[in-house]
Amino acid sequence: MIVDVFNEIVSVISYVIPVMIALMIVALGGLFSERSGTINIALEGIMVMGGFIGAIVLHYLLNNTGLHIQISVFIAMIAGAVSGMLFSFFHAFASIRMKSNQIISATALNLFAASVGVFVARTVFGYRRINVDSSYRFDVAVLSEIPILGDLLFSSAFLSTYIGIIILIAVIIILYKTRFGLRLRSCGENPHAADSLGVDVGRMRYAGVLISGLLAGLGGVFFVVAFQNRFESDVRGFGFLALALLISGQWRPQRIFVISILFALMRVVASRSDSIMGIQAIDIPTEIFRMLPYILTILVLAFTSKTSKAPEALGEPYDTGKR
Amino acid sequence: MKRIWEKIIHPFKVFGRKTHTLFANIPWRKLAGWLLYPLALLFGALVALKRKIGATRFGKRLDKAWLKVLHWSGEKPETIKVASSLLAVVFGLLFGFIVMLVVDPSSAGSGFLTIILGPFQQGMRSVGDTIFYAVPIILTGLSVAFAFRTGLFNIGASGQLYVGAFVAVYIGVQWDFLGPFHWVVASLGAMLAGAAWGAIPGLLKAFRNVHEVVVSIMLNYVSIYLVNLAVRSFIFNPTLNRALGPESSAHIPTLFLENIFPRSSINIGIFITLAAVFLFHILLNRTVFGYELKSVGLNRDAARYAGMKEKRNITLSMTIAGSIAGLAGAMMYLVPGTYIRILDVPVEQGFTGIAIALLGLSAPVGVLIAGLFYGAINRGGYFAQSLYREEIVNVIIAVIIYFSALSLFTQQMIAKYINRRTKKEIQLKESEGDVG
Repeated sequence: MIVDVFNEIVSVISYVIPVMIALMIVALGGLFSERSGTINIALEGIMVMGGFIGAIVLHYLLNNTGLHIQISVFIAMIAGAVSGMLFSFFHAFASIRMKSNQIISATALNLFAASVGVFVARTVFGYRRINVDSSYRFDVAVLSEIPILGDLLFSSAFLSTYIGIIILIAVIIILYKTRFGLRLRSCGENPHAADSLGVDVGRMRYAGVLISGLLAGLGGVFFVVAFQNRFESDVRGFGFLALALLISGQWRPQRIFVISILFALMRVVASRSDSIMGIQAIDIPTEIFRMLPYILTILVLAFTSKTSKAPEALGEPYDTGKR
Repeated sequence: MKRIWEKIIHPFKVFGRKTHTLFANIPWRKLAGWLLYPLALLFGALVALKRKIGATRFGKRLDKAWLKVLHWSGEKPETIKVASSLLAVVFGLLFGFIVMLVVDPSSAGSGFLTIILGPFQQGMRSVGDTIFYAVPIILTGLSVAFAFRTGLFNIGASGQLYVGAFVAVYIGVQWDFLGPFHWVVASLGAMLAGAAWGAIPGLLKAFRNVHEVVVSIMLNYVSIYLVNLAVRSFIFNPTLNRALGPESSAHIPTLFLENIFPRSSINIGIFITLAAVFLFHILLNRTVFGYELKSVGLNRDAARYAGMKEKRNITLSMTIAGSIAGLAGAMMYLVPGTYIRILDVPVEQGFTGIAIALLGLSAPVGVLIAGLFYGAINRGGYFAQSLYREEIVNVIIAVIIYFSALSLFTQQMIAKYINRRTKKEIQLKESEGDVG
């Protein structure tokens, strides 16, 4: 009995971790953009673009070359991240250099990514779907032998999990322990003060948006590899879910990490409800679980509006004349 | 020879057949080279034409007329805005054309013409269909535009539309005792649902100062799952595995329109839309209430200082915007042969509405024209399917939105050009229709 329950928990966790990592990476990307003062609701579109390019590269590598699976995945991740970064450049250009409305340009990116993904996939492959079906899970040597902990973290794991954890630590260090991070945050809080101290606000914001594109593109590949096993014209709203995560986490990486576990758990419960025994017993419609993260975010927004930790200058184009 | 030609000119077709030659067979350099020729030719022809015509008397007269136009538009700043909108459309279409050239150069010309001339492919039938497909887009466009004019960004039109659609179909399926008023009640129900859904971000904005965009995005997703759940619980047909369609008494009547546009799906939704356009104009430009809404949008604090109830007005303007989007949902689904589907992502009409509102400069008539334009190229994409995938239209629309976002910049460029030609300074004034 106890063994059964344990196995159940292990299987749920093995589903939760990859979803959580994908969500967290994209939210951390959004964090860079928003802490530098640029709203980025294009996360969804950038994810689609990254996932799309990553899926094409992965499809090619798996079918045509004898490369090791994990190496192929790694190359696809790099491809997705780079394409996400290039794609986010359009948002950066419009919202920083052209000082145009950040929500409009991001909406354009979202629409563009969704339609280009489908258009190219259907033109090239004949249908919307790009198959990258393969077994990406692997056991980490030695470490997977550790009882309990090894089962939870190191056996049948995804490469993305470890990359994601490394990135989380890197983000915390970069944001809070380096000169670059301090300058980036200052551009989101008070760009005029930052400018007066010699920080190039435009360049910092460009960096913020481009890094967010990099991470969101990477997250797109994580999503394709670890959640769907194929690319199918969208990322099931994960980009906006990551945005919700970013807001619920109040623009702090540590909180984002904690809340990402909760969001991922709800998502997994919703999508795998038929295979988890504990959930079948309760009999709640899966839609409720899908809704909860968004409702939670609205509630967080409604009740923390007075004490909100949102960057002070979020969404305002930097105008030197307004000093 | 022919095979080599095909390989050079049809790279995508080659690896459409054999995916494993995905990258091996694309002669990228040659492709870029081939693309250069038509572009260079086009450019050369334009330059030559300009010189040739410019030297003749006719050319000089043309130039004078052009200068007159510039002088006139220098005096009316609105024309510059319209020009920037048109420029966005041109850029979008140009981009679409280039994509078509890359995919399949041999049929790019005919495909492009098909998309442009979409409404006239089947005579009156396709004209009617164009109007039918334009109706929900115009309504969502009006919804977004209404919010823009009152200083709010309604990115949640998608959710409001979907909630409205569910209520409309629910009434259409269940309340068949209503007789001839069935479709009226269903449409009103949709408006109420959309209004309630729009009121949530409005209330949160008014009383908790939460950004309406974020709340609306979250509500878009909540609406999907809520409606999916509701559809499966109340109006589902398990044998066909899809939602039930509304009773025929709940279908929007076609009246005499089916005689004018035989075999098309058009209905009196277009008259309802025209009425909405008219009401939008009257409400915002001819009533005290509309004036208050706009004032609150321009400056919340100033409006409160002037004695206006800013909280009430913010809530009401989101509510009204929501009700228009809800009506769009009724117009989409209260027709024969359309069923609410279980969705994963928000309905795209809500986002297209943003494009239409921007293109139409948030003016009711502008939105009407832009919506009809969208309906036209949407039909065009449908007819061009044999040559290109339908999604090309969405690619075009996305590029148009991007250039609409840059509209401030294009307006400055146009103003600069006019200044240079007419040697007169013109001032761009920020108008109420501007967002951000």
